[in-house]
Amino acid sequence: MIYRETGNFVTNYFKDREIFPMKFDKVVVILGLLFLFLYVPTTSEYFLSAHVIPILAVGLATVGLNILTGLTGQLSLGTAGFMCVGAFGTYNLMLRVPDYLMSLPVALLLSGIFAGLVGVVFGLPAIRIKGFYLLVSTLAAQYFVWWFFNSYAWFLNYESSGVVAIAPKFYDYWGLGNLLGVDMQGYPARYLLSLVVCIGLSYFAKNLLRSNTGRNFMSVRDRDIAASVMGISVPKAKLLAFFISCFYCGVAGGIYSFLYIGNVDLMIYEVDRSFTILFMLIIGGLGSISGSWLGAIFVYEFPIVFTWIGDFIFQGAFNTAVVENVSNMVYGVFIIALLIREPGGFAALWATTKQKLRMWPYPH
Amino acid sequence: MDWVYLIEVLVGGLMSGVMYSLVAIGFVLIYKSSGIFNFAQGTMLLFASLTFVKMTENGIDFWTALFIAAGIMVVFGVVTERYVIRPLANQDLLALFMATVGLATFQEGFSQFIWDSDVHGLQMSKFLDIGLLDPAPIFMSDHIPWLDILIPKFDIFASLVAGSLIVVLAFFFQKTKTGLSLRAVSDDHMAAMAVGIPLQTVWAVVWAVTGIIALVAGLLWAERVSVSFTLIEAVMKALPVILIGGLTSIPGAIVGGLVIGVGEKLGEIYLADVFGGQGIELWFAYFMALMFLVFRPQGMFGEKLIERV
Repeated sequence: MIYRETGNFVTNYFKDREIFPMKFDKVVVILGLLFLFLYVPTTSEYFLSAHVIPILAVGLATVGLNILTGLTGQLSLGTAGFMCVGAFGTYNLMLRVPDYLMSLPVALLLSGIFAGLVGVVFGLPAIRIKGFYLLVSTLAAQYFVWWFFNSYAWFLNYESSGVVAIAPKFYDYWGLGNLLGVDMQGYPARYLLSLVVCIGLSYFAKNLLRSNTGRNFMSVRDRDIAASVMGISVPKAKLLAFFISCFYCGVAGGIYSFLYIGNVDLMIYEVDRSFTILFMLIIGGLGSISGSWLGAIFVYEFPIVFTWIGDFIFQGAFNTAVVENVSNMVYGVFIIALLIREPGGFAALWATTKQKLRMWPYPH
Repeated sequence: MDWVYLIEVLVGGLMSGVMYSLVAIGFVLIYKSSGIFNFAQGTMLLFASLTFVKMTENGIDFWTALFIAAGIMVVFGVVTERYVIRPLANQDLLALFMATVGLATFQEGFSQFIWDSDVHGLQMSKFLDIGLLDPAPIFMSDHIPWLDILIPKFDIFASLVAGSLIVVLAFFFQKTKTGLSLRAVSDDHMAAMAVGIPLQTVWAVVWAVTGIIALVAGLLWAERVSVSFTLIEAVMKALPVILIGGLTSIPGAIVGGLVIGVGEKLGEIYLADVFGGQGIELWFAYFMALMFLVFRPQGMFGEKLIERV
């Protein structure tokens, strides 16, 4: 009823290319942003630390994987490895560069670039190897990175336990917190930083999708030989996709370690996490930025909600093993069912809903 | 250089290579017949061996348990074909791959949900009176005086099983009518359907056979390592194996397994110092496969791809 194109007149070409062409969408987006920036930081520390920030971190990694797999068609199982590069990169930049030169946002950015470069190195075989054969390259990245940080204790500042807690002074932001009188280590501040990064990078990704580069990526995905015949440099497109994707994953790793758990721990970047992020991508829908976020929310929240149901309805009948197994079963069923029924994942379901709303009450 | 030590390392590598090959065969079988990269191979191993072990632990005797487990794997294969693969026929291969990732996830949860997540040991010598299952190793010095190495009898048993599997499968693929239709299907789904090959039946057969291979491989892995979710990682190790061998070649799976097995052991011993750390076994296999693929992108015995727009 209110979701109508009526009255939305496009009067110039610039308006024709807007991300949200409808007035209703614009209002919803602005209200949503106000909600995210003004209301969510005032909710409880627990809600921010256990739900919102981790979703922002893994969702960003999903967006990164989406650029590589969904957009460019290069399968990757090394997501967690690239996140690991980002986390360790951020830590070492903060630790070893003098404080007056380095601050967390800068470190995140630089370690993202570093992760991107590592991604390019492991993406080099993609020039010659195609399809499933490429899995071996990304798995090599995953295992090599993990082993590398495990073997060279320098990167963990010789911490024997393998986990290093992040010192409070790293949340200094050049004294910004003191200046404003805000606790920058507190969860609201952490949340706002990750939110700004995630919204900025999602916006960039969304525009990448609509740009010349994004269309090059998609043509490589759809048929690389045809793309090269049309004059698109396939190696360049693939390597650029690796760089951008791994940049996202690196930043996501930095956010995960610094803004969510507050320590740098190798164990959370094992190959399992690569798979979890792949699930998020498939369930959310390949090639859609909003889908990546929906998938991340679903996959991250399901075990929590399921435990909660167990606690309240069945008096804590589900132990962690049951929750994990049932979650895995549900992810599996969702992946298969969505692939059969709706290959576009949650994003396609959402698009269908919007289309239906636009047409309502007419069927077509 | 210590030659005896080198031989011991080589033998050890060959034996672990055989174990990788066992997993790889199942992969290749499905890829060859349907072009599907079956990521669920590792969880099939887990499901099969866990089902078997739980039954024997509950007092069912060896052969009955083996029979029932094989039956369950066949049913599972047929159900998979009916409800996962068939609706996705003629989809692009990435979608089918992701479906098997979903299948693997489901199966990982399912097998540990209905049984349990504990680590189970398996000792087949308790059930079977075969000399080769005796835990005592063979002392080679008894036979060849200067060769002072140990060979576990079980490894020989595993190699024999793998070898006979290859022979049976090679016969099946090359000489039987089903094998011929399998090869046709792997070439082109549509064309095979057009000439009247019953795609569904063929795939159901393949998935059932793969289930049984997974049971055999699972039992051997269980005896050598144990039954737990770490069996799923067998699939990760089998990846470089099939990629080196070529996705479509069963002999390739064997050769690839042996190359990876030996290369990994030699790498760990002679190259670990170069990289300044232990445990390069973790990633060395992938690098070997990568180096190999850069020079021969279709693997050792894989069919050379001719691509058209």
